[in-house]
Amino acid sequence: MKYTGAQLVVRLLEQQGITTVAGIPGGAALPLYDALAERGTIRHVLARHEQGAGFIAQGMARATGKAAVCIASSGPGATNLVTAIADAKLDSIPLVCITGQVPLSMIGTDAFQEVDTYGISIPVTKHNYLVRNVADLLQVIPEAFRLAESGRPGPVWIDIPKDVQMASIEIDTLPQPGRPDAAPAVDMDELRRAAELINAAKSPVLYLGGGIVTAGASAQAVMLAEQAGLPTTMTLMALGTMPSDHPLSLGMLGMHGARFTNYILEESDLLIVLGARFDDRAIGKAEQFCPNAAIVHVDIDAAELGKIKRPHVGIHGDVSQVLERLLPLIQVQLRKPWLTRVSELRSRHPLLMPGLENPRSHYGLIDAVASALDPKHADDAIITTDVGQHQMWVAQAYPFTRPRQCLTSGGLGTMGFGMPAALGAAIAEPDRTVICFSGDGSFMMNIQELATMADENANVKIILMNNQSLGMVHQQQDMFYKRRLFAVDYQRRSDFVRIAQGFGIEACDLDTAEDPRAMLADALNHHGPCLIHCSIDVEAKVLPIVPPGASNIEMIGG
Amino acid sequence: MNMRESQFNPEQFSKAVLELTVRNHPGVMSHVSGLFARRAFNVEGILCMPVGDGAQSIIWLLVREDERLPQMVSQVAKLEDVLSVARHGADHRVFERLEAFFA
Repeated sequence: MKYTGAQLVVRLLEQQGITTVAGIPGGAALPLYDALAERGTIRHVLARHEQGAGFIAQGMARATGKAAVCIASSGPGATNLVTAIADAKLDSIPLVCITGQVPLSMIGTDAFQEVDTYGISIPVTKHNYLVRNVADLLQVIPEAFRLAESGRPGPVWIDIPKDVQMASIEIDTLPQPGRPDAAPAVDMDELRRAAELINAAKSPVLYLGGGIVTAGASAQAVMLAEQAGLPTTMTLMALGTMPSDHPLSLGMLGMHGARFTNYILEESDLLIVLGARFDDRAIGKAEQFCPNAAIVHVDIDAAELGKIKRPHVGIHGDVSQVLERLLPLIQVQLRKPWLTRVSELRSRHPLLMPGLENPRSHYGLIDAVASALDPKHADDAIITTDVGQHQMWVAQAYPFTRPRQCLTSGGLGTMGFGMPAALGAAIAEPDRTVICFSGDGSFMMNIQELATMADENANVKIILMNNQSLGMVHQQQDMFYKRRLFAVDYQRRSDFVRIAQGFGIEACDLDTAEDPRAMLADALNHHGPCLIHCSIDVEAKVLPIVPPGASNIEMIGG
Repeated sequence: MNMRESQFNPEQFSKAVLELTVRNHPGVMSHVSGLFARRAFNVEGILCMPVGDGAQSIIWLLVREDERLPQMVSQVAKLEDVLSVARHGADHRVFERLEAFFA
């Protein structure tokens, strides 16, 4: 059978089970687009900016756990993707990114729309390729999917020159699709040592990270917590792995964690860290984090063991497989004294959520959205956020109940993530309601994707908290820079309701609603895209806050 | 890289030699040198030659032996094009023999 490089790419994507891709065509990607058109098997979501395409693919990947694909042309198409790919790298999201490149003979000549995509993509990907020969595609495409989904997932970038896309090749059979590698064998001696530490601990805390989501290990993690009586904290990436109303849940730790959470961690004598990487926003000043705790650290990435904190027991492995073998070794414990102390700290230093009863204030709006969802389907909803104050309020206050419910840009903290990621999640999981909490600053960074959302008629509800400011910067200038507010408040008020309507999206404004709760319920519970606007107070703060560089117990406010 | 320092004060720090077996293709040097650069870990010397039929190369790195080196070795080992990493002491002769060319 004879294929062009472009036709081969399409066939190999089909074999990987890819049914939808997001992207934007351009000169150097036209053969690939022509092959997609000719074959007609893969749905293409036409984004309005390549960064949007990257985040749409991320939304698909984060909602399903499977590698998703984004496509762009050479030069600016490729550079526009960089932020979304870097974001996937930092949050370990499996993506395969395919870009067109100028023909091989023109590489290095500063040709039109030529950029060193291979060089640019090295530091932001798990792996990358410049395909120099059409036959190499047979190996590169399956391998890209294998790498993206193996071990610690991540983005893989494939740059394909236009002449390689057009070259033809004769092959009898297509190669097998790429599948994730088997996880490394678990060291049973280390595992037994971990069990001994857990069984002997007086005041242990379970600390869950995004690896729990990736490994599909949340039920096992909750079982471990219940069996051993472990109060459990989660990173931003792990929210939902233990339901927020679980009696052992301490919510999120770190910079904007509740006071009680950080105080409980401070008193722990053992930290059991599963699929987390001791990020600075989670642990504050590393040397002063949990000063009296021994550490058991489980991670699929061996380089994470000892990177920030040296574990007493470090286990390299898939956290689901590790928990499967660990659980039988863990004694059932009620841990009365420690859990009594935990309750005491919890009631003495609770998370304060002022204005919770007012649906037109920050915490109140988040609570009202959660309550307005039809209770039968509330757990099915997917929540995405943008980045900033609203993101932290959602992390603190939204009642997450399952993994892959909360999709947020954790590591890179990319404003503009929320809306295109919500669109991708809605495309991948069309039966779910997808709610995107955003702020006006973040929303305007990928606002053009409203047009894509209208094209797709996706079931996405955007809750826009508008403080006419870059709220988190405003807060930090206020608190840490003597309130010298600079380059932070927007001078003119944008009319987001009219903007959304201009893109063909329904919109409503809680500011002028007679009954904001009724308006919310109506907007959330019928199908299709909708923007829900609400002004909030620019002086509202995310509290408590650990000042940058301080230890986690030096919280301000809350 | 900071060659000047290594020439003028060769005994000021303890050194280690890393031997990486890598896939030989354009770009693998960028992967390795870029990793050291972006993690702010100095490379004092670098040497690369293809071996065997040219499908693989060996990259020799002369680096500082400090508490961050094990982390760097772990990160290097994660690179897909790096097939193996071996760590040698500073007494390894590969760079020593080259000193004549830098006199």
